[in-house]
Amino acid sequence: MAGLLYALTAAAGVAGAGVGVAGMLGITWTVRVDGVVPLGGLELTMDPLAGFFLAVIGVCTAAASLYAVGAGGETHYDIGAYLAFVGALGVVPLAANAMTFLVAWEIMSLASWMLVLDRRDDVEVRRAAWVYAVMTHAGLACLLAGMLLLGAHTGSLRFADWSAAAPALSPGLRNAVWLLLALGFAGKAGVIPLHVWLPLAHPAAPSHVSALMSGVMIKLGVYGLVRAGFEWLGPAPPAWGVVILLAGAVSAVVGVLYALVDHDLKRLLAFCSIENVGIILIGVGGAMLFRHAGLEALALLALVAALYHTVNHAMFKALLFLGAGAVVHGTGTRNMEAMGGLIKRMPWTAGCFLLGSMAIAGLPPLNGFVSEWLTFQALLQNIRLEEPALNLVFVLAIAALALTAGLAAACFVKAFGITFLALPRGDAAARAHDATPAMRLGMLVFAAACVLLGLGPTVVVPALGRVAGPVVGATPATWGGAATLSISESFARLSTLAIAAALVVGVAVPFAALALTGVSRRRRLYETWGCGRMLQTARMEYTATAFADPFKRVFRFFYRPQAQLQLDVHPESRFFVRRMAYTNPARSLFEDWLYRPVLAALLAIVARVQRLQSGSATAYLTYIFVALLVLLVLR
Amino acid sequence: MTADVILAVIQVLVVTAGAPLLVGALRTLKARLVGRRGPRVLQPYANLAKLLRKEAVVSTTTSWIFRVTPYVLFSTMVAAALIVPLLLARPVLDFAGLVLLMYLFVLGTFFLALAGLDAGSAFGGMGSSREVAVAALAEPTIMVAILALALRAETTNLGAIVERFARDPLLAANPGHLLAFSALFIVMLAETGRLPVDNPATHLELTMIHEAMVLEYSGHYLALVEWAAAMKLFLFMTLLANLFVPWGMPAAAAPLTILLGLLVLAAKLAVLTVGLALLETAMAKLRLFRVPELLAGSFALALLSVLSVFLLR
Repeated sequence: MAGLLYALTAAAGVAGAGVGVAGMLGITWTVRVDGVVPLGGLELTMDPLAGFFLAVIGVCTAAASLYAVGAGGETHYDIGAYLAFVGALGVVPLAANAMTFLVAWEIMSLASWMLVLDRRDDVEVRRAAWVYAVMTHAGLACLLAGMLLLGAHTGSLRFADWSAAAPALSPGLRNAVWLLLALGFAGKAGVIPLHVWLPLAHPAAPSHVSALMSGVMIKLGVYGLVRAGFEWLGPAPPAWGVVILLAGAVSAVVGVLYALVDHDLKRLLAFCSIENVGIILIGVGGAMLFRHAGLEALALLALVAALYHTVNHAMFKALLFLGAGAVVHGTGTRNMEAMGGLIKRMPWTAGCFLLGSMAIAGLPPLNGFVSEWLTFQALLQNIRLEEPALNLVFVLAIAALALTAGLAAACFVKAFGITFLALPRGDAAARAHDATPAMRLGMLVFAAACVLLGLGPTVVVPALGRVAGPVVGATPATWGGAATLSISESFARLSTLAIAAALVVGVAVPFAALALTGVSRRRRLYETWGCGRMLQTARMEYTATAFADPFKRVFRFFYRPQAQLQLDVHPESRFFVRRMAYTNPARSLFEDWLYRPVLAALLAIVARVQRLQSGSATAYLTYIFVALLVLLVLR
Repeated sequence: MTADVILAVIQVLVVTAGAPLLVGALRTLKARLVGRRGPRVLQPYANLAKLLRKEAVVSTTTSWIFRVTPYVLFSTMVAAALIVPLLLARPVLDFAGLVLLMYLFVLGTFFLALAGLDAGSAFGGMGSSREVAVAALAEPTIMVAILALALRAETTNLGAIVERFARDPLLAANPGHLLAFSALFIVMLAETGRLPVDNPATHLELTMIHEAMVLEYSGHYLALVEWAAAMKLFLFMTLLANLFVPWGMPAAAAPLTILLGLLVLAAKLAVLTVGLALLETAMAKLRLFRVPELLAGSFALALLSVLSVFLLR
C-alpha cells in the first residue's frame, strides 16, 4: 500500500517536473478558486521562476519517492504527512497571493515537522522537533507580519499588485517589510545565525525526507528571498544586497566549518546544506548589488549562478542524503567513527556517494564545479561597480567562497574516506548490506543528474538565463556556442566536455600503455605496511576526529574546543594506561552567545510577568475592570 | 584541428618529459648549494624507470580507489598541461581559465587524500588530513590573487591574461602585480609540498605531509604519483613564469616558433629553479601549525594587490 502511494508520488513528481519545465519555457497560466483560502482565495500563477523551482521539486520528489519504495518500513501516518509535505512544496512557488502562500508554507512546515518526529520515542528527536517547531513558527510570524504590513499599505494581498505599488512606499516601511520577510525566509533557508534547527531536524527525519528538506524545502527560503528582493518590494537598495551577500558568505564558511568537525554522517550533510545555501545567497546578493548599479547583464550572470547552484545542490545533496540513508539502513548507525570499509560491502552506495561528494566539493567536470565557477566569474567582475566599499565586500565574498570550496573538499574527503574506506570500525559496519534495487534507482537518478548538469552548462545556462532575465530586468544574453560556455563576452569561457575528454584521455593513455607493456600486471597483494606490528586492526586507522584535528587547531578561535583526556592508569605505574577516553567537542558560538542569552532574558521576563497570573479570580476580575476603565477613559 | 591535436601532444610531452628534469636540476642544485655532490640531474628519470620495472605491492585493505587514484592524479596533470600557457601565449584549450586550473588541482588532491585513507594505516590518514588542510587554507589566496590578475587584465582567461600583460609592460611592472606574484609563489610552495611547508626529501613521520599520504604506494603506482607531483611543480612554475614574465612567447604555432617557445620557457624555468633552490636551502621547515600563518601572510599579500587596484584606479 505504502509502496504504491510512493510510486504514485514519484509519478506525480515527474508530472510536476514536466509542468515546471514547460513554465520555464514560457507556458504560463493562472488558476483561481475563490473561497478555499480566506482573504483572496486560492490563486496559483506559473511564471518561469516558479516553473524552475517546481521542476527542481518535481525531480527531487520523483527520485526520493522511488528510493522510499525500496526503503520500506514507513507507517501509514508518515505517508500521509509525506504526501501533504510534497503537495505543499509544489504549491509554494506557484502561490500568487499572500494567503495561498502562507497556508501552503505552513502545511509544508507542519508536515515536515511530523516527518521529523519519525522516531518520537527518542528524546533527542523530540528536542529536534521542538526546536524546529519554534524556529519555523518564529519565521512564519515574521512572514505574516511582513506580508500583512505590505498588504495593508498597498491595499492588496496579491503579489502582482505589490510589485506595482511597492516603489511608491516610504523607504522606512520598505526596509521594515524587507527585514521581516528576509528573517522569515532566511530562517527557512538555514542562514547563519537562524540555522540552529537545521542540523537537528534534517538528520532526524527519514532519509528520503531529509533529501527533500535539504534539497528543496530550504531552497524555498531562497525562492522567497529572490521574490522579495527583486519583485515584491521593487528595486532593492544596496544595503539589502550587502546584507544578503555577507549573510551568504558567513553561512558558507560557518556551515562548512561545523560540517568538518561533525561525525554524524547525516548532521554533517545538514551543516553542509547551510554552506550551500550560503553559496547560493552570495550569488543572489551579488545580483542585487549589480542590479542596483544598473549592471543588468552582471546581475543576470550572478542570479543564473545562484539558480544553477540551487538545482545542483538539490541534486547532489539529495543524492548524498539518500546515500547516507542507505548507509544507516545497512549499518544501523549514523556515527562515522563506527563505520569504515563500506565500499566493499556496499559498492553501489559507495559509488553514488563518491560521485555526490565530488560534485559537492566542486570538482570538475561535475555540476558543483560549474555553478561555483559561474559564481566566481560573477564576483570577479565587481570592478565594474565604482564604489570601493562595495568592491571590498565582493573581495571578502570571493575569499569566503574560496575558503568554503577548499574546506568542502576536505570535509568530503573525510565523509567519504572515513565512512567507506579502510577497515570496518565496528561489527555493524562489517556486516553491512547494500541498498535495495529501488533505493539504488533513486540514487542513480540523482547521480545521472549531477553528471548531466556538469557536462551540459551550454544547455542549462541559457535556460536559466530565460528564467532569471525577467527577474533582474535584463535583456537576453548570449552564452557562447554548443560546446563552450562564454560569459560577459570574453571575460571567461568554459567547456566541461573538453575537460572531461582531456581527463578521460589522461586516464586511458597511461592505463593502456602500462597494461600493454605488462607493467601493471606486476602486482602483489599484501598487508598494509605498519612498522613491524603483528596485525592490522581498525583501531590503527585514522579517525574522523583525528582527521578534523588540524582544522580544529587552526580555527580554534571559532570552535573553542574543550579537549578532555581521561586516563585510567595502572595503580603501580602511571606509565601503564588501562583505559583512556578523549573527547574534544566543538562548542556552538551561536548557542552560547546568541540563543542562550536571548532565552535567559525571555525566561527572566516571563518570570516577572508570571506574578500577574496569581490564580485568584478576584485579581483577574480587577484586571478586567481596570482594562475597561482605561478603554473608557481613552475613548 | 590537426594542428591543435599536434600542439596538445607536444604540450603534454613537454610537461611529462620536462618535469623529472626540473626536479633533478632542483635536487642537484640544492645539493651543490650545501656542499654535497648530489645525484646527477637525470636521476629522476632513472628512478621512474626503476619504479616502472618493479612489482607493485598493494595492501589487501585497499579498494579500487587506491588503484584508480594514480591514474586520476596523472590525468589531472595532463589536463592541466593543456590549460597552462606553455610554449605559446594561447594554451591548447583556449577557453581555459585560472579558476578551472585550481579546481583541477583540487581534483587530484581529493583523490590522493582518499587513497591515503584507503590503506587504513595511521600514516596515510595523517598525511591526507594535513594535505587537505594546507590545500584548503591556500584556496582563498589563490582566488584573491586571481582576482588581482583579472582586475588588471579584465579577463580570467589564461591566454588573454598573458597576451594583455605582454602587450602592456607597464601593467606588469606594477607593484600590485609583484604582490600577487609573491602570494602565488607562497601558494606554490604549499601546493607542491616544498620547504618551508613540507620537506620533499624526508620520511620522518612527524613532519611528513605528502610523503605520508603516498607511503603505501609502490611500483608503477608510485611512479605515476611521483611523476604527477613533478608535473604539478613544473606546471606551477611555468604558470608563475608566464603570467608574471609574459615576454618572449610566440603567438602563432609553427615548428620554429615552438622551438623558440621551448627555449624561452627553459630560460625562465632555470631562473625560477635557482630562486627556489636558494630559498629552500636558506629556509628551515615550519612547524605544521605555523603553516597557516604563512598562508595568512600570502593572503594578506594577495589582498593588498587587489586593494591597490581599487585605490589606484
